[in-house]
Amino acid sequence: MHVVRTVAVSVFRESVRDRVPYNLVVFAVLLMGASYVLGQLTAGQDVKIIKDLGLAAISIFGLFIAIFIGIGLVSKEVERRSIYALLAKPLSRTQFIIGKYAGLVLTLSVNITVMTLALYLVLAYLGWDQTPAMKAAEEAPILDPALLKAVILIGVELMVVTAVALFFSTFSTPLLSAALTFGLFVAGRFNADLRNFDAVVDSRLTVWVARAAYHVLPDFAAFDVKTEVVHGLPVPLAYVAATTAYGGLYIAALVAAAAVVFSRRDFK
Amino acid sequence: MTSLLSRPAGAALAVAALAGAMLVQSARDRWYPRVESIRTGVLYVRSPAAMQRLAFGFRALAADLYWVRAIQHFGGARLETGPDTAGQRYALLYPLLDLATTLDPWFNIAYRFGAIFLGEPPPGGPGRPDQAIALLRKAVVAMPLKWQYYYDVGFVYYWRLRDYKTASEWFQRAAEQPDAPNWLPSLAASMLTRSDDRATARAMWQRLLQSEQDWIRRTADRSLLQIDALDQIDRLDEAIRRVGPDPDGRFSWAFLASRTRLRQVPIDPAQTPYELDPVTGRVRVASTSPLFPMPDETGGGQ
Repeated sequence: MHVVRTVAVSVFRESVRDRVPYNLVVFAVLLMGASYVLGQLTAGQDVKIIKDLGLAAISIFGLFIAIFIGIGLVSKEVERRSIYALLAKPLSRTQFIIGKYAGLVLTLSVNITVMTLALYLVLAYLGWDQTPAMKAAEEAPILDPALLKAVILIGVELMVVTAVALFFSTFSTPLLSAALTFGLFVAGRFNADLRNFDAVVDSRLTVWVARAAYHVLPDFAAFDVKTEVVHGLPVPLAYVAATTAYGGLYIAALVAAAAVVFSRRDFK
Repeated sequence: MTSLLSRPAGAALAVAALAGAMLVQSARDRWYPRVESIRTGVLYVRSPAAMQRLAFGFRALAADLYWVRAIQHFGGARLETGPDTAGQRYALLYPLLDLATTLDPWFNIAYRFGAIFLGEPPPGGPGRPDQAIALLRKAVVAMPLKWQYYYDVGFVYYWRLRDYKTASEWFQRAAEQPDAPNWLPSLAASMLTRSDDRATARAMWQRLLQSEQDWIRRTADRSLLQIDALDQIDRLDEAIRRVGPDPDGRFSWAFLASRTRLRQVPIDPAQTPYELDPVTGRVRVASTSPLFPMPDETGGGQ
């Protein structure tokens, strides 16, 4: 466990050295600028739009971090030949993979936490001078704790994307890994269409293959409850828990597969 | 290898180059004026279904962008001068609102404000109550338990189409929804029995005056002033009918003033003088008045 933590912390430190936290500044400027401009443009919908924008930005910024850092987690060590020095240490390949994954998840978690705090701060600023009548007109409270449900699911979704990127990183080049991860992300977003393939085709085999693909591909659309929470629609905690559990199991499968592939790689 | 530029010199050069680029850009825009892209009215994707796919998990954000575009389009078109010969000034309004509400089916304000925008008569709007109703029907499908949308549909039938029977049916449907206010059944009833009564319209707009939304309050405020103007016009018409034309057979404020207690050209509630048609003797709100155009008065309604 100590070894895994050491690898994870080193990944986190490297991401700080790579200036990943700069995206937090961009996020803060984006939200503050938008909150000023939107008031003039949106006919009283600035709170809704800031919530939409904030959640979308957390998701997009996190996606870039997950993909572009995730694809280099293993391949960079191989390219730099530092993998030889690492594997010569008392560190198993599985521990290395888990540590690398945990490090990037730590980076993502810190980013998401800070971005969420910034979102709540901007919302608090917007709600500062609202009259009780204006507050009553909002579909959901301005500082709605339910936003955290969307943030949690975005976090789990990004953890799955990180696991996908890590998996491809164990046997592919960074460019190909990025393409494959992004492709899988897109496919996972439209995954629900595969479930209802029987409404489109008659072939039982095609329907069976589509249904299998539905279960094998990551179901990224299920993590998206942004619109619902912004409108104050109910998102049951049981749904959040079940989707988080699904994400956890999918991550376990991917990290295990990554560990297996990595343990079989020959670095001679 | 030493650097050719020191850090301050490099920074100064960068700032100077950027300032130069901005100057050249401004000069070029003066020499070769460009068509404002916001007014060219290009809507690249018109299919809401296709946009749902393209928005790719960020549908609410895409809906927000279309909503902002709809407001810009409506506001920009209202500010345009000159005749709208092709009737295309507000052509993008419904497609933009349709896209926004398909991408975010719970976009309450896009439905309610959108219906107000679409129902506004020219030149202040496209004058398309049919599209306003279509948009609100989408809202009813998306949120069938919200009485406000049924009420809004009824309102369009009442205020824009003068179809009191259908308006009453929609107000009745609104009254049947959960949390509907208790004044809705009486409104539905009065719509059938007193459909040409200005008092009903005044009561409805006064309720909207209590809205939390500034836009709705402003629209209600203007509509109430229009109803006041209609009352004043009725009184002026009555006075003119009583006094009749001058010896030359023409109607004028001066002649009316000489025969009544009128001391000056009467002004409408928005402080713009009324116009008097010298031939027909009909009084109307001036086209320069903020109250112009007045609602259709067919059937003695308002």
